[in-house]
Amino acid sequence: MSETFTKAMARNIFYGGAVFFFLLFLGLTFDTMQQLPSRDHRENITDSVVRGKHIWETRNCIGCHTLMGEGAYFAPELGNVYVRRGGPFIKAWIQSQPTGVPGRRQMPNFNLNEQELDDMVAFLKWTSEVNTNKWPPNIEG
Amino acid sequence: MQYQSQAVAKPYFIAAIGLFVGQILFGLIMGYQYVVGDFLFPEIPFNVARMVHTNLLIVWLLFGFMGATHYLIPEEAETELFSPKLGLITFWVFLVAGALTIVGYLMVPYATLAAMTGNDLLPTMGREFLEQPLITKVGIVIVVLTFLFNISMTVLKGRKTSISLVLLVGLWGLAIFFLFSFYNPSNLVLDKYFWWWTVHLWVEGVWELILGAMLAFVLIKVTGVDREVIEKWLYVIIAMTLITGIIGTGHHYFWIGTPEYWQWFGSVFSALEPIPFFMMTVFAFNMVNRRRREHPNKAATLWALGTGVMAFLGAGVWGFLHTLAPVNFFTHGTQITAAHGHMAFYGAYVMVNLAMISYAMPMMRGRTANSAAAQTMEMWSFWLMTVSIVFITLFLTAAGILQVWLQRMGTTPMSFMAAQDQIMVFYWLREITGFVFLLGLVLYIWSFFCKKGEAQTAA
Repeated sequence: MSETFTKAMARNIFYGGAVFFFLLFLGLTFDTMQQLPSRDHRENITDSVVRGKHIWETRNCIGCHTLMGEGAYFAPELGNVYVRRGGPFIKAWIQSQPTGVPGRRQMPNFNLNEQELDDMVAFLKWTSEVNTNKWPPNIEG
Repeated sequence: MQYQSQAVAKPYFIAAIGLFVGQILFGLIMGYQYVVGDFLFPEIPFNVARMVHTNLLIVWLLFGFMGATHYLIPEEAETELFSPKLGLITFWVFLVAGALTIVGYLMVPYATLAAMTGNDLLPTMGREFLEQPLITKVGIVIVVLTFLFNISMTVLKGRKTSISLVLLVGLWGLAIFFLFSFYNPSNLVLDKYFWWWTVHLWVEGVWELILGAMLAFVLIKVTGVDREVIEKWLYVIIAMTLITGIIGTGHHYFWIGTPEYWQWFGSVFSALEPIPFFMMTVFAFNMVNRRRREHPNKAATLWALGTGVMAFLGAGVWGFLHTLAPVNFFTHGTQITAAHGHMAFYGAYVMVNLAMISYAMPMMRGRTANSAAAQTMEMWSFWLMTVSIVFITLFLTAAGILQVWLQRMGTTPMSFMAAQDQIMVFYWLREITGFVFLLGLVLYIWSFFCKKGEAQTAA
């Protein structure tokens, strides 16, 4: 790099650039926070949805599945599973695990009771209704 | 080694390498579960193996960063560490806490672990990469703050170079953005939005400052190029990192409920994220070409050059591959993401740590460089691991392209599992390549014990 471009100039670009773009990021975050209520439909987050998210987390579902495309890629996307399969299927599926088919990927049985299964479905239903800009591309997730 | 207290780095480096081995073993378990689904089920379900694999990665990289910091700060500040004892205490606390957490993952069902460790008081667990129990998270904060206190005090009493300042900014940023891991609202969209403030602003933000400082330090040492030149490059690189990377967070805000405009911000800024990595490659090669001394440690130089190239390929090129919103619409959450993740982490953070270890370990063992035989062995391990990760990435990319094609495009898309069955061959190839990687890692460790030839002691 040329001699006229000094280390002090480089340092100033670093500090100035970092501060400027972090402030821009904060501004965009502020605007996003204003828009989110109409996109995430938080008015529909019932106690059941809250409990469902807690079950989702404490069983580490994200360790195999993706949710809105984030997570592990070992098992199907579940952000839209409510639309794909419906509530009764989801409950029956969770209860019937593991399939025990030799050589196939296995999901543990978490021994969820009826209430917990309903909470799980409520959480997945709410999640499927978030405005995700039409992602995933199709029903298969 | 110029200062006695630099030796504090040694246990950190040894632990880092040990945990690295664990990470790779669990990677191999998971890779095998991809092809033989019920392998080790129910003893080690995939989600547990993955949690161990990713958490070990994070923890050993942190050990590497901390070791590197303890090593380079005294030399940069031209003074002994503020408290070498504190450095060793944080090491043992971190190691024991880390080990207990991993044992917890493996021995106790996750829901029980959550209940045992106070997750009901403040639910933070069960989110990707942030699976640690609350007490571990609190422990990490305490360890990192103690470490930062020790390091900051050292810098304050000594010479303040640009390298130490950049490293400090990076490490303080690491501590600050980790605090977002304690924020877990019941609204999933908000949860995800701020989850990225830890995850993205770490790996595509402040960690790159740490990386840059470590690379700059190693390059000064092995090339003898004037500090002014190297530090100017460092500032330009990390300026570009943050200018592109902060708003680049937007590439995670395409499909999680956030407004459409993030598709523009995220695409444009993250498309520029390869620039600092490209500069890093040019920087490393430029400095080595302009070297003013022939440092006997050829292996360290190789790792430093490799960091630039592989970080650019893994983080830069493979990141760009799927970062534009119209592309990401199809590739989001597929094996393409996994492909990028593997090469980016290896190229940027694994390699810079190994470069630092390669440079510093011989010094701490009382020599300028290892014997020619030991270095040859280490360079073999460099090529085995690096070529393996390239092929692992290529196989996962092939798997990802097919997955997208079969599952997300066309008029009759396949279900997830049906598509997985079709791409099995690439998972087999990836797993086999994983064993070559392990071979490289074994050779790497072996090189530390190579007795052949004479070590170079002349300064």
